Amino acid sequence: MTDAPADPHLVTAAQPSSARSAGLTTADGQPLKAALNAAEAKAKWHAFFLVLPLFAFVLLTFVAPIGQLLYRSVHNPGFTTHKDLSTGAQTPIMTELREWFDNNPQGTEPDEAAYAALAKDLVLLRELKAPGSVGTRINYERSGSRSMFTKAARRAERLEAPFKEAMLDLDEDWADPEIWAAMRGASSAYTLNFYLAAVDLTRDTEGSITQVNENRQVYVTLFQRTLFLSLLITFLCFILAYPIAHLLATLPLRYSNLLMIFVLLPFWTSLLVRTTSWMVLLQSQGVVNDALVGTGILADADRIQMMYNQTGTIVAMVHILLPFMVLPLYSVMRPINPSYVRAARSLGATSWTAFRRIYFPQTIPGIGAGALLVFILAVGYYITPALVGGADGQLISNLIAFHMQKSLNWSLAAALASILLFGVLLLYWLYDRLIGIDNLKLG
Amino acid sequence: MLDNQSTDAFVAFDRVQKSYDGETLVVKDLNLSMPKGEFLTMLGPSGSGKTTCLMMLAGFETATHGEIRLDGREINNIPPHKRGIGMVFQNYALFPHMTVGENLAFPLEVRGLGKSERDAKVQRALEMVQMGEFGARRPAQLSGGQQQRVALARALVFEPELVLMDEPLGALDKQLREHMQFEIKRISDDLGVTVVYVTHDQTEALTMSDRVAVFEDGRIQQLAPPEDLYERPENSFVAQFIGENNKLSGTVQSVSGDVANVTLANGKMTQALAVNCGPAGAETLISIRPERVNIGAQGANVTEAKVLELIYLGDHIRCRLDVHGNSEFVVKVPNSAGHEHLSVGEITTINWAPEDARALDAL
Repeated sequence: MTDAPADPHLVTAAQPSSARSAGLTTADGQPLKAALNAAEAKAKWHAFFLVLPLFAFVLLTFVAPIGQLLYRSVHNPGFTTHKDLSTGAQTPIMTELREWFDNNPQGTEPDEAAYAALAKDLVLLRELKAPGSVGTRINYERSGSRSMFTKAARRAERLEAPFKEAMLDLDEDWADPEIWAAMRGASSAYTLNFYLAAVDLTRDTEGSITQVNENRQVYVTLFQRTLFLSLLITFLCFILAYPIAHLLATLPLRYSNLLMIFVLLPFWTSLLVRTTSWMVLLQSQGVVNDALVGTGILADADRIQMMYNQTGTIVAMVHILLPFMVLPLYSVMRPINPSYVRAARSLGATSWTAFRRIYFPQTIPGIGAGALLVFILAVGYYITPALVGGADGQLISNLIAFHMQKSLNWSLAAALASILLFGVLLLYWLYDRLIGIDNLKLG
Repeated sequence: MLDNQSTDAFVAFDRVQKSYDGETLVVKDLNLSMPKGEFLTMLGPSGSGKTTCLMMLAGFETATHGEIRLDGREINNIPPHKRGIGMVFQNYALFPHMTVGENLAFPLEVRGLGKSERDAKVQRALEMVQMGEFGARRPAQLSGGQQQRVALARALVFEPELVLMDEPLGALDKQLREHMQFEIKRISDDLGVTVVYVTHDQTEALTMSDRVAVFEDGRIQQLAPPEDLYERPENSFVAQFIGENNKLSGTVQSVSGDVANVTLANGKMTQALAVNCGPAGAETLISIRPERVNIGAQGANVTEAKVLELIYLGDHIRCRLDVHGNSEFVVKVPNSAGHEHLSVGEITTINWAPEDARALDAL
């Protein structure tokens, strides 16, 4: 032991304890962390380049459009900037009127100066050939305004002081405080008015937030209906899918594979074909009604209305979304060893208790995953309610599509879509808090 | 072949048959009765019907024919949860979403016991398997051996009189398995419960059981205490399945008393104990345990043997010899002071006592 310090084993053995305080190093004295990073850098770059195409794809087709959507829901430059479609040049418009709005608080009776500013701005609009788009912007908030703008702009050059009377001569509605409130709201490109509109609220002439007329309240009802129908569809899917998934999970593989094909069959057929076949089956002159009338169960006059209403939406959507519930349930049920239930039975539990206390709790991750999947898909579903929903089976997505395609009020559509998006995120967050996202098992 | 139904049998199978597909019988004519407090092992290769028997007893499979009785009453139509039989499963089947304590409380809960009584029994059961500290853990946080103990405690916590164990030690490593064998034996003896234990591991069967039922082809081939099973196998399957065995095939020449004179395949004559060999002219297999063969020319049944292979195993040397044309004949030479030193290729002489050579049925 006297020559211990010269013993190489003892020296190396002593090293780690002294080095630990100063961070570990490699054999040649490099810090261990740096050496590890250097060694793994190549693998990391490899991995990065492999995911890069997908990453770029997601960024371009998903993140960017959602960003655009969120931006559009609070930004509408229809009353502030004119963009020439051929040259792309952007010209600020309605500048005079905006200045008057800035100098006079909300609720001020529009005076001669205001009308003068309006008339001056209309002259510019005429030159830019832009009164239509400006009128459309005001038309979102007060219907019938578009024609006032186009008409006034046509004659703006010939208008003379006093401008107030001249304008009122053209159209008495120019004195309507509502149109002035709408113009004031639109004079700023950034506005939350579309979100207000999306929940059936508006600003009155004083600028305070109020409910819109009862006969124009559609969105809140529609959100409620969408939420209710989605929950109902999710629940129905769960009720139907649970026994199917259980059967699939417990049957011998050769039978369960065959059954699985039946479950997946809807995925192989076009959505339109499936929806149309439901129309064939369920409409009042359809197969089901004909069969009921033919067998004498129903009188010809009492044919059940199952299509073009909520029933149609529910039936068709449950059918379409069912596999999304079956698959996650199946994936959690398949690995559950039958000996758990057997153990429970041997320990004295009835088959119901064994199911309730032992089997069911183990399937909760699948129920959560399936319910979340079906609910999120249902909340945003468009094509099926559009085809079979009739009037009272429409969902919020159908109205979003209406504003995108028909009324061209993209900002309102974006606001509605954003509310839907945040609603779903909120539910997702709630799910995480209540059940835990790591309890989710999608397959 | 079997000791038949005694009326005081605790568990009884009476002419039980089981078929899954209506074409083949998995269990063929099973008759078995065991007294209270016995530790009985069903031993057999996979597919021999032993697990099916256990499942019929537990109530998870129904007998196609025959009667199963527990403590004198027929249980064929009693659902599993009313049989009051504790069961330890192959993969333990501990409920993964419950703690160890909740797992053990489950059978007491479904029996409607109060919380304080439950807690006391759970704690007592956990301490019995030396797991007293682990009540709050989840099964996934335990090692295989610990899970095994918990599964055992759960099967015993509601004080069943009969406990079934389906290859409970199959997933454990060798050392732990041996330790658990003693543990299970100790606990079952302490509690005096009747145990039916299924395994394919013969060491397990021999060390733990009061009696072993050797299963093959849906039948019990032999039901006997371990030492009988090893030393006095009744047929070639049991001789072959339990322990190491040398077999010499031949034809019975004559049987006088319990001695059979047998002509071996190479024409030589030998004497063996007539156990199950049939009359003169029948084919037979003679079974000799490797440790009952001696090196040397003294005694009966002396024969020449060529040394083919020697394996040094410390306490003994394993010799593979060519004996009467059988090149798989194994002899264990104890590594005692002054033992014979053999070398490969050498011709030596070996002998065995006629009563150690058992003439059995030809397979």
